[in-house]
Amino acid sequence: MAVIYFLLSVSVIMGTLFLLVFLWNLRSGQYEDDYTPSIRILFEDKKPSNSENFSSKT
Amino acid sequence: MSATHTHIATTCYHCGDTCKPNETIFYDDKPFCCNGCQQVYALLQENGLCEYYTMEDLQRISQKAEVRAEKYAYLNLPEIKAKLLDFSDGNTAKITFYIPAIHCSSCIWLLENLHKLNKGIQYSRVDFLKKQVLVSYAEKETDLQAIVTLLAQIGYEPHITLSDTEKAENEQKRISREQKQIIAKIAVAGFAFGNIMLISFPEYFGFDSHSEGSFRKFFQYINFLIVLPAFFYSGWGYIHSAYQSIRKGIVNIDFPLALGLIVLLTRSAYEIFADIGAGYVDTLAGLIFFLLLGKWFQQRTYDILRYDRDFKAYFPVAVSLQTAEGTEKQVPVAQLKVGDRIVIRNQELIPADSILLKGEANIDYSFVTGEAMPVEKVLGEIIYAGGKQIGSTIELEVVKPVSQSYLTELWNKDEFQKKKASQEATIRLQNFLSKYFTFALLAVAFGGIVYWLWQNDLARAINAFTAVLIIGCPCALALSSPFALGTAMRIMGKTKFYLKNVAVIEQMAHIDTLIFDKTGTITETDKAQVEWKAIQQGLSEAEKVAIKLLARNSTHPLSQQIYQYLPLDTPLRIEVQDFEEFTGKGISGKVGNFWVQLGSAKWLEVEMPLQDYHSKVFVKINGELKGYFVFRNSYRKEIETLTQNLWNKGYDLHLLSGDNAGEAPYLVKYFLKNEKMHFNQSPHDKWEFVKSLQKSGKKVMMLGDGLNDAGALQKADVGIAVTENIAYFTPASDAILDASALGNLIGFLALAQKTMRVIKQSFGISLIYNIIGLSFAVQGTLSPLIAAILMPLSSVTVVAFTTLSVKAKGNFLLKSNRQNINC
Repeated sequence: MAVIYFLLSVSVIMGTLFLLVFLWNLRSGQYEDDYTPSIRILFEDKKPSNSENFSSKT
Repeated sequence: MSATHTHIATTCYHCGDTCKPNETIFYDDKPFCCNGCQQVYALLQENGLCEYYTMEDLQRISQKAEVRAEKYAYLNLPEIKAKLLDFSDGNTAKITFYIPAIHCSSCIWLLENLHKLNKGIQYSRVDFLKKQVLVSYAEKETDLQAIVTLLAQIGYEPHITLSDTEKAENEQKRISREQKQIIAKIAVAGFAFGNIMLISFPEYFGFDSHSEGSFRKFFQYINFLIVLPAFFYSGWGYIHSAYQSIRKGIVNIDFPLALGLIVLLTRSAYEIFADIGAGYVDTLAGLIFFLLLGKWFQQRTYDILRYDRDFKAYFPVAVSLQTAEGTEKQVPVAQLKVGDRIVIRNQELIPADSILLKGEANIDYSFVTGEAMPVEKVLGEIIYAGGKQIGSTIELEVVKPVSQSYLTELWNKDEFQKKKASQEATIRLQNFLSKYFTFALLAVAFGGIVYWLWQNDLARAINAFTAVLIIGCPCALALSSPFALGTAMRIMGKTKFYLKNVAVIEQMAHIDTLIFDKTGTITETDKAQVEWKAIQQGLSEAEKVAIKLLARNSTHPLSQQIYQYLPLDTPLRIEVQDFEEFTGKGISGKVGNFWVQLGSAKWLEVEMPLQDYHSKVFVKINGELKGYFVFRNSYRKEIETLTQNLWNKGYDLHLLSGDNAGEAPYLVKYFLKNEKMHFNQSPHDKWEFVKSLQKSGKKVMMLGDGLNDAGALQKADVGIAVTENIAYFTPASDAILDASALGNLIGFLALAQKTMRVIKQSFGISLIYNIIGLSFAVQGTLSPLIAAILMPLSSVTVVAFTTLSVKAKGNFLLKSNRQNINC
């Protein structure tokens, strides 16, 4: 049962690590704009030549 | 292909407006309504950005306004640049623009592709909710003027003011830092709460004390270790605040909270290290966690709103100066000197008191004085700062520096500044109740200690004393108002009523008197009602066309309104000949067979049929008087129901207007009595009026929109700025109301009252929990388990009760009100 000392220590240390990662994210401003990235991800990276195809369509 | 276009109603390929048949421009086989739109298209096409037009939710922006690059020349002045830039190292510079026009995902797409339009731009990042764009550019390749001109050309003119960049920006940064900090605190407390609960589980179910005794100690030590950061980092604010208020001699809610926290920590430490029990570390961590959640919940802020903008935000940053050589130069407004000659164009603001030297001045003072109609000024007349020129370009000579102008002086008066008693929103009801609560709690705690000492049981005495302070810790009490008020604030925000902070709700609950401003508040901005009054017979179609054509040639606001008012479907193909404009008098010209004159009664030598204050334009065709146009304010349609309901509910209503009494006969149906309506009120009169009402014991709510209301808005118990576009400038206020939600005002007032009632009820609930807990505590039999269950349970009950009941009330009130407007 002595392994519980080890397991508990590891779990608390891991939890602390996650907490620190969260605080680091918060400080670096990752949560400041939680809306724009959701739109940005939907933009397609098209080559400029596509616009010519488009204008000839009509 | 283009031949077919002319027969059907064409819409502009860029902005989507209907193109006027004879004004349509064809470019690349596509119709455009104006040069501006066509140029944006050409610019985008050239750079391969036509994908913009295929975006699904494209909501278009018209580009009719002409962009003059010189207008932004001031941006390259070193002293202004230094204030605007976020960062600069000589090579790379970063700047954040506030762009009110951002509204859809295509905006984001276009603005983030700026580097394709200007090679000097390295990247641009949009923050959609804040309507901001961060632009990073190479200083050697491009400059601010070029970037802002480009933005303006594609329809995204940034809003640049210096006060926003200095004070407001710092304020904004402070708030965002505080919010980050509170989230960090919640994270630490939540981490401690969760882990301690987990580690305490064996304790809750009972250790087998023989074989697992050493585990037990180990678990307790780890718990204690984890709770330390929660106490000293997350919970320290409460202890600090309690200490501060005690020093000032005030007992607020933080005092019993801090007392509870300290007792919890010391007793837990004692129990754990003296090997008596497990202590109350789980309760301690949970308490801090819930308290912080409540604090965070009531701190709802609206990203794009500013409540404390001063008049500088309304002013331009720079103005065109006429130099001795006759050229124009951009200078910062603050550097204007007496005797400088400045050039003001259409829709630009006059930054300093000055004298008219050249041109036709039509000054719109509505924002400063409340006057609805633009005022004409003649050469040599003084024009006060804050007015907006409408029409052609004028030249002025500055007679007073900006710092001594009428408007600035007005603003800087001490009495116009609201006393900033405290930065934080203080809830009076909560502080009032918690004072009594604290004294009762201390009485019970000392009562317990005295009783057990009398019984000669010292251990029990200390036990009971600490237990009372722990269980009495008014967690539920501290949570009820943040959650109730926070919920109410969110509901109001959803229905377009944006509060500065939650304390405004408490103020609103006590309001008994409402004061309305006229221009811009109960009237619609930029929309006067035009009415045609014929003298003998009506106008023929041909005559209407002639009047419209003539009016189109003038930039005078009244001419523009006549042009808008007259309906017309046929294309305007007739030319106006011999057009002449007489400043301050009227216009005349020959349209086909008609010799049309539009102008004042005096100029056209007409007997005034009726003496009132409304602006009128008389019409003579071929020398014969046909009739006249009357310009009247157009009132918001909700006003009638709103005022009626408010009167029925027993509120006292007043009207305070800077305008003349011309509208009084129309307004009396809303305000019932003539003595409730006050006209020709200067900003100072308005301030005095609010003050006198307050002296007679009234709780006053002021609704206004302009700088002329700023003093009264500050003085009133609740000052509400009414605006048609929340992204634009509003005077400093406690709340900002979108004009479309004005009809809901009565619902907002009722919701505020109901919310305060819910808070009182939830105090009752939390008191019941406290009494149950105290009955254990005074006997000295409070086990950590009971504490650990009771505390979260009472908190959750109170939070659920307050949020749900406020939400239900809000839905009921605001929905029923919406129906009222519909029928």
